[in-house]
Amino acid sequence: MNTVAKADPAQSAGPAHPLAHRRPLGDRTFQVLALVAGLLVLVILILIAVSTAQQSTSWFTTAGASGIFSIDWDPANNHFGAMSFVFGTVITSVIAIVIAVPVSVAIALLLTEVVPRRWSQPIVYVIDLLAVVPSVVWGLWGILVLVPWLQNSIYAHIGNVLNGVPVLGNLFGPPISGAAFCTAGVILAIMITPIITSLSREVIATVPAIDKEGAYALGATRWEMIRGAVWPHSQGGVLGAVLIGLGRAMGETIAAALVIGSSATITSHLLAPGYSIPAVIANQFGEASGVFRSALIGMGLFLFAITIIVNLVARGIVERSARRMRGA
Amino acid sequence: MAVTANPGPGQPTVDLREPAGWRRTKNQVATILMWAAFAITLVPLVLVLYTVIQKGASAISWQFLTGGPIPPNVLPLGVGGMGPAVIGTLEITGFAALMAIPLGVLGGVYLNEYGATSWLAKLLAFLSDVMTGVPSIVMGLFIFTIWILHFGYSGVAGAFALACLMLPIVIRSTFEMLRLVPDSLRQGSYALGATKARVTVTVVLPAAIGGIVSGSLLAVARAAGETAPLLFTILTVEATNTNIFSGANTALSTQIFVNATSPYVGAESRAWGSALTLIAIAFILMIIARVVTARFTRYTR
Repeated sequence: MNTVAKADPAQSAGPAHPLAHRRPLGDRTFQVLALVAGLLVLVILILIAVSTAQQSTSWFTTAGASGIFSIDWDPANNHFGAMSFVFGTVITSVIAIVIAVPVSVAIALLLTEVVPRRWSQPIVYVIDLLAVVPSVVWGLWGILVLVPWLQNSIYAHIGNVLNGVPVLGNLFGPPISGAAFCTAGVILAIMITPIITSLSREVIATVPAIDKEGAYALGATRWEMIRGAVWPHSQGGVLGAVLIGLGRAMGETIAAALVIGSSATITSHLLAPGYSIPAVIANQFGEASGVFRSALIGMGLFLFAITIIVNLVARGIVERSARRMRGA
Repeated sequence: MAVTANPGPGQPTVDLREPAGWRRTKNQVATILMWAAFAITLVPLVLVLYTVIQKGASAISWQFLTGGPIPPNVLPLGVGGMGPAVIGTLEITGFAALMAIPLGVLGGVYLNEYGATSWLAKLLAFLSDVMTGVPSIVMGLFIFTIWILHFGYSGVAGAFALACLMLPIVIRSTFEMLRLVPDSLRQGSYALGATKARVTVTVVLPAAIGGIVSGSLLAVARAAGETAPLLFTILTVEATNTNIFSGANTALSTQIFVNATSPYVGAESRAWGSALTLIAIAFILMIIARVVTARFTRYTR
């Protein structure tokens, strides 16, 4: 052994102890490459914030705080108030959450607690198909099929019945349009159902079997077991999943742009056309320049900040509840 | 309830096997509601697939998929074809995958093999989770501000935007898969005198390759359908542009968006045909991913 080691020039040049030699160059290069790739995430996130902030300064300086938060959106006269888009974004994502959360959590419970394991996988595949259908295809189907149908068969009847009824009339009465806040909310709900379902399912799957068996041993029905053993364990994680779904709904662009109706208004009428931040960026960026473009980029920055905050909070909640579960 | 109040002496009349009355009903209602929720989500899925296949199938032909240039929207279906958009989608998505997959795998390697429990690795793992939630339109604006304003519209700019969307997904799935590789494999290789890079490349990554490939394919499938990041990075053109490094380009997704709001029958048919093509591409990628998962996954949760 000794003679072989001495015959190797690389070895003899190294330090006296054979195991203490310096790590080869390729090994160190690989480590640096991996670190750089990992840091890329941080770099991109910082660059997004810096570059969009830089490009939107002319909006902030010319419009001022009052101009930015006004409802006056009139590019032809250089009025760039973003409030109606913020309103539309909030309204459509709240509608989406209200529809999607009960459905998603119910499917997650179905998958984890009701159907046998070999059945749950095909159901997961089917739900995942919803996520594979591209956003623009949902939008295309939304504007050419869903919008006319909702307008003629659903919204018209609701509007007729509720016209003049105190509160409901203000929410669902005329003016009526097929492309509306509510339609956008429905499409967004369909699109965020897969992510809320899969995240909730992961959380619910970590509920300790011993808790569930304990509930059954006390004579609980399956529903009582879910309420008593599964729900207390997983409500934090499910809340996180809902927030992540909310973030997705707020940032969803193309489908919303096609079915929301493209009208910058603030109204209580959910069946009337509206607008949202990503939709206005997608529709108007092409013809924008100067302060107009700067305003659209500024709204993009706002969207970025909001979704980052929502996701930070959500991931924090999920992680904390997962840690508590492991500790339990 | 009345039965439990007065059980016969020494003779329990309560049936312990089945919960009785309203408790049982409530349980059944809950079960039915859970199945109903699944049925409700099936409705839009079936409807959208049915409509796209029905309207798209009549539009699709060899001429439609490969012919060009893309005609103005007033012209009927028989003229030209969507060939430029098909090529644009393939080259832009392909180039994005070429950038995002190697970088994402390396990033995942850092998170699990090098960073491990350090604060930096934890932070980056957390941030890559957060980055998956960044809206795709923001990625488009980002590439517009740092690339288009300086270098002009090109296919590669669209590829950058798609790569930004794919990167965190690839990092996460690589990270998850590497975590499942048992430490005994690493220790065995170290014991043979291999360096860390060699262990990672020749032992750890091959052991996790099934999950990494399927995760990457799902990221590519997602990116292929994206529209928002392409709208103002590649613009739209009518003729095939095979040079992604210069000049505006086009893609199926942006063509659907442009044609969806057009009042002409020809444009509408082209939109449905493009939608079917796009869904077919995404589904094929997804099916390959499932097959890879089933065939090559060695370690699962």
